Amino acid sequence: MRQIAFYGKGGIGKSTTSQNTLAALSEMGKKILIVGCDPKADSTRLILHEKAQNTVLSLAAEAGTVEDLEIEDVMKTGFRDIRCVESGGPEPGVGCAGRGVITSINFLEENGAYEGVDYVSYDVLGDVVCGGFAMPIRENKAQEIYIVTSGEMMAMYAANNIAKGILKYANSGGVRLGGLVCNERQTDREYDLIEALAKRLNTQLIHFVPRNNIVQHAELRRMTVLEFAPESSQAEEYRQLAKKIDANAGKGTIPTPITMDDLEELLMDFGIMKSVDESLIGKKVDEVAIA
Amino acid sequence: MSQNPKHVLDHFNLFREPEYVEMFENKKKNFENPHPEDEVSRIIEWTKTEEYKELNFSRDSLTVNPAKACQPLGAVFLALGFENTLPFVHGSQGCVAYYRSHLSRHFKEPTSCVSSSMTEDAAVFGGLNNMIDGLANAYAMYKPKMIAVSTTCMAEVIGDDLNAFIKTSKEKGSVPEEYDVPFAHTPAFVGSHITGYDNALKGIMEHFWAKKERTENETINIVMGFDGYAVGNIRELKRVLKEMGIKAIILSDTSDVFDTPTDGTFRMYMGGTTLEEAREALNSKATLSFQEFNTPKSLEYAKTLGQKTMAFQYPIGVRATDRWLMALSELTGKEIPESIKLERGRLVDAVADSTSHIHGKKFALYGDPDQMLGLTEFLMELGAEPVHVLATNGGKDWEEKMNALFATSPFGTGCHAYPGRDLWHLRSLLFTEPVDFLIGNTYGKYLERDTGTPLLRIGFPIFDRHHHHRYPTVGYQGAMNVLVKILDKIFDEIDKNTNVPSKTDYSYDIIR
Repeated sequence: MRQIAFYGKGGIGKSTTSQNTLAALSEMGKKILIVGCDPKADSTRLILHEKAQNTVLSLAAEAGTVEDLEIEDVMKTGFRDIRCVESGGPEPGVGCAGRGVITSINFLEENGAYEGVDYVSYDVLGDVVCGGFAMPIRENKAQEIYIVTSGEMMAMYAANNIAKGILKYANSGGVRLGGLVCNERQTDREYDLIEALAKRLNTQLIHFVPRNNIVQHAELRRMTVLEFAPESSQAEEYRQLAKKIDANAGKGTIPTPITMDDLEELLMDFGIMKSVDESLIGKKVDEVAIA
Repeated sequence: MSQNPKHVLDHFNLFREPEYVEMFENKKKNFENPHPEDEVSRIIEWTKTEEYKELNFSRDSLTVNPAKACQPLGAVFLALGFENTLPFVHGSQGCVAYYRSHLSRHFKEPTSCVSSSMTEDAAVFGGLNNMIDGLANAYAMYKPKMIAVSTTCMAEVIGDDLNAFIKTSKEKGSVPEEYDVPFAHTPAFVGSHITGYDNALKGIMEHFWAKKERTENETINIVMGFDGYAVGNIRELKRVLKEMGIKAIILSDTSDVFDTPTDGTFRMYMGGTTLEEAREALNSKATLSFQEFNTPKSLEYAKTLGQKTMAFQYPIGVRATDRWLMALSELTGKEIPESIKLERGRLVDAVADSTSHIHGKKFALYGDPDQMLGLTEFLMELGAEPVHVLATNGGKDWEEKMNALFATSPFGTGCHAYPGRDLWHLRSLLFTEPVDFLIGNTYGKYLERDTGTPLLRIGFPIFDRHHHHRYPTVGYQGAMNVLVKILDKIFDEIDKNTNVPSKTDYSYDIIR
């Protein structure tokens, strides 16, 4: 059994990319379990054709304790028999979603959810914001992390931060960075930029997923592209990514995160950011003449 | 002046002096805005009714006096049973103060245990630095042979990863690379002290056993579980094993650390399972647990490595002792010696001598799941009726086991098990379906006062009676002790109710 995890900035397309890729992996005959670690519980929506209603934590809250739950209550089967579990979590503004991830993953492990699957994939929200969201990268959990990013500066910044989180655990454990997945936003020189970033992080750009509106069409129907338009070129892209991930076992690396300055430098190298003229910092539009 | 330096009154007596009585009355009248006396007594009477019991049992968002403690307490207790081992709790200081005082108040012995002293900054930035410094300090100051790490709520909520933290601490030189630091995640808001005991034991097993070659030998591992009578029980168990000529390793032997002598030498650590034994225990042919609900994960782990496993439920009494002795005999091929058969005969004789006084007496009891199963079986063996049996940390599986046990004896007819309930539920039961005696820990004294049901102190913690932990409750000798405790209480009650000459005492009985 291989365990992998998808991390990345919020809204970057983690869940979309991961579900499409996992659907492609299942086409290759792999048995898959998706563990959604986002309190929004939308990591399995495209596979299940609906937002999972019964999350581990919502049912545990109802029952009073997670010990009273049965695995069948929370594990749903969707497209191509992919098993799906959503950890769920509190509403924004209250509680502790990170603890929820710990509780859910412990529950799944103890109750045999991982039996008979080839791949367990964790879909984790945003940055590694606390110990709970780092749960999937602990020892004996995910072996490789895939960071979904794009050519936008903040997405790259988040990717670098996640690399820092991985590094912390990689030194003492077995977790490795599997690669960056670039989800195209059509920013300037996006491919080159992410490839360069990957190099700086001591990893690879494992796949560049081009922007295609068909993803949007599939999403509106709560489907993966693999199901909605299996013949499309976009489905082929996800298949390629799936193949690359499958072949990437054991090839992950210990990341070398960079500083904010390094990151800015990188953007300058690619001509995306002009060299910083210190006199411009903090000046409003009407204070400087824009070239 | 109510105090006289030549004869200082304790507060019990001091507060009964007229000036204090008056002060308390005024305080109540002027500052407490009290309800009228008759309203208070009306409500008290209402809480004794069937109607209130119904409401009480439908309560869903409040627990009042749960009969359980939290995971790290069990983990600390388990760790203390290993040679020169310092329990190290990754979390805040106050939690550790609680484990230490709880154990010390029961066993009347100091409890050595440290915390990583997490404060607000650790809650924000994670407790890695606390682990690094804490391990280094504990190692340097207290020179333990092993440091066993567990966690409190705080470390669990922020998701500190012990495995990674301990590895990093070793890299930073807090303790040597090969030094033993087993660990267990023990979130206090999950399960109870018996869950923590199990997790900590499994942590130690994994630490010593994982990825090691196993060569089976004839030794038997025995786990006693969380037990307020550990001192007496483990010594009794060792005696029996010696009589039978069985080589056994007791995994977590707390008998000496909670019973250190006063001879001028302070012993921070004493006795315990040696680390060599803990390592060697992998090769044992079997692991036996004396408390099934204390060891599910640990036994499961031992099983996956190829050991035979077997679990008992705090065996008290004739049949229960027969079972584990025969199981040991079967596992090892050693005969049960004549000396132990004689002990059994003496116990049966004692039970027969006293049976008329116990027969048909109704009991309510509460405590840990295994201890409830053990006591229930013994009570039914004696001809008593265990009418209400409550375990706050018992679940559905425990309830099923209890019901199956009730069904084995006519004395179990009409008896009920109450999983997950608390002492306020029990209070209702004691009013609506009264019993003759209550068995429980020290906290039962308030139920005794409220309901007038005489309390027999068997369980953990017992803060207000001394030294009972030195006497066993398991084995034929242990059953004898429990029998005597029960009889003493029965006779005390008879005497209490028959001591007014020619009013309640007609025949001036001195023989019972």
